[in-house]
Amino acid sequence: MIRLERRPAPSRLWAALTPALAVFATMIAGGLMFALLGKPPVEAIRTIFWDPLFGEFAFYYRGQLLVKAAPLVLIAIGLSIGFRAGIWNIGAEGQYIIGAILGGGVGLAFYPMTGWYIFPLVVLFGAIGGWAWAMIPALLRVKFNTNEILVSLLLVYVAEQILASMSLGLLRNPDGNGFPGSRNLSAYEATANPELIAGTGAHWGVVAATIAVIFAYILMTRHVLGFQIKVSGEAPRAARFSGVNPDRLVIFCLGISGALAGLAGLFELTGPAGQISIDFNQGYGFTAIIVAFLGRLHPVGILLAGLLIALTYIGGEAAQTNLGLPSASIDAFQGMLLFFLLAMDTLSNFRIRFGRAKVA
Amino acid sequence: MDLSSINPVLLVASIMVASTPVLLAALGELVVEKSGVLNLGVEGMMITGAICGFAIAVNTGSPFLGFVAAAVGGAILSLIFGILTQSLLSNQVATGLALTLFGLGFSALVGQSYVGIRPPATARLDIPVLSDLPVVGGMFFNHDIMVYVSLALVIAVWAVLKFTRVGLILRAVGENHDAAHALGYKVVRVRLCAIMFGGACAGLGGAYLSLIRVPQWTEGMTAGAGWIALAIVVFGSWRAPRVLLGAYLFGGVTVLQLNLQAAGLAIPVEYLSMSPYLITIAVLVVMSASKGRVRAAAPACLGRIFHAST
Repeated sequence: MIRLERRPAPSRLWAALTPALAVFATMIAGGLMFALLGKPPVEAIRTIFWDPLFGEFAFYYRGQLLVKAAPLVLIAIGLSIGFRAGIWNIGAEGQYIIGAILGGGVGLAFYPMTGWYIFPLVVLFGAIGGWAWAMIPALLRVKFNTNEILVSLLLVYVAEQILASMSLGLLRNPDGNGFPGSRNLSAYEATANPELIAGTGAHWGVVAATIAVIFAYILMTRHVLGFQIKVSGEAPRAARFSGVNPDRLVIFCLGISGALAGLAGLFELTGPAGQISIDFNQGYGFTAIIVAFLGRLHPVGILLAGLLIALTYIGGEAAQTNLGLPSASIDAFQGMLLFFLLAMDTLSNFRIRFGRAKVA
Repeated sequence: MDLSSINPVLLVASIMVASTPVLLAALGELVVEKSGVLNLGVEGMMITGAICGFAIAVNTGSPFLGFVAAAVGGAILSLIFGILTQSLLSNQVATGLALTLFGLGFSALVGQSYVGIRPPATARLDIPVLSDLPVVGGMFFNHDIMVYVSLALVIAVWAVLKFTRVGLILRAVGENHDAAHALGYKVVRVRLCAIMFGGACAGLGGAYLSLIRVPQWTEGMTAGAGWIALAIVVFGSWRAPRVLLGAYLFGGVTVLQLNLQAAGLAIPVEYLSMSPYLITIAVLVVMSASKGRVRAAAPACLGRIFHAST
């Protein structure tokens, strides 16, 4: 007879160990999955996790690492703050899109002017776009007690339609011979978000992600607001008695995650993606949920988790070209990782006891 | 714009078809939530059902086996959720999201070799006399069997929850799991059964999309239907007949906007396409704004972790 016995406090050792264990378990289960697809399992896992860092073409892949990790970390940091408080923003994908559209729209309005002030302005409006889109579920939750999970998620589909409408209509490149998609913002000097240090892939999004990690760390460990967020998540009643205003917390958590997601979208738009097009969004907003959990909702953990998931993206692309692995297998792989992680979380919250419970 | 191109008989008939996937998924989720479990993985289970059903139907040539496979696939996927949340006591919101993310990836992976194939057609159920009635026959009695299955399921879920002992136990577990446990009911077992029923229903709903409504396999084809099903359960305040109403309302909006697109209304296509989602949000807001109603109707233990020793 196996029983679970609740620990008085979550084990810190297990909390640190479980992500590594989960990654390991995912490699095994993923290997089995690839074997079932008729691909060499060991080679597939090596292509995904090892080659991008230490393989023959690592010099190319290493630069991609930061490019992919930046949006993931940026979004996941914002999400983790809300998740800590029990406020579930799962519509980061939509906030990412709207941030890019609003920021990009402001940038295009200045075309073809030049000026140092344009890029900061564009960045600001990117954040505002994401923030505003997240304010919809936030205000509905505060005013009408509407479930923020469903509203934020449904707004993703609305944002995707707006994206389609923008790239086919309002923001379409007038010199684009009728092709859908906006002007290229990374080719327009005033809004370009270039690689800052050659060969590293580090653009302004990477800088922003690093700053976000530091600020989130200070907020969660040193600031009273971070304490209130943690209390609200773990003991909502205690938080209310101690005078935490739950409405303000909802507005803050959704606002900050929306703004960061908007920033991520904007840096992607002005850098790697270049233009607003129908397939601009690539699911970073959803993958960031995995990143947030894999990083234990802790800023430093999220930084590491973001790099790891970025690695699976790059490795997945490599495996696609080298081994003919379907691109969707990486999505399944990432989902599997989250399963294992949640399953192993049990170890940090509970002790496993063998034998029957003694009667007290 | 030419509104006369919209045929009312076809309109009603297509509303029924458009509503069925969401109705099936929402009914399953209704039972799950009545047992006190919030499974946010409906979208993932639906799309898994869609590809399982599609693959089996194409390979065997039998839509019936396809639907069976879809139900089994959805149930197996939901069992992962069940074990994680009920045995390993993981957070239900996070696990549900994991289920959706995994389901979307997994289905895309399996579905790669099925893109662009047409599934075998599902036979229409011709009911003698009724199907031949003018107007009404075309509207209500000229559908495939799954439409009637979904309607029968509404009655079954309603009756079981309201009149039977099983329904009473299920509701007891959902309202107060500690009391139910003290009375000797197996809380975890009841919830696992409910979760698997929910998974099977979501799978059926997904297969209805890929085998009948569309009928084709495309990646991410559920396009938020699972999330709308979750919203409809809230809209229906956890009652089967109201869930039926909600699903048909949603189906109505979907079909209407498609018809308006076809009729060439002067609103851009994208804005019409987003209308079902916006209306779902609006309905959610209206429902939750009426103070206390949703909270009173929701099962008291919804989303709470049950651990026998505490």
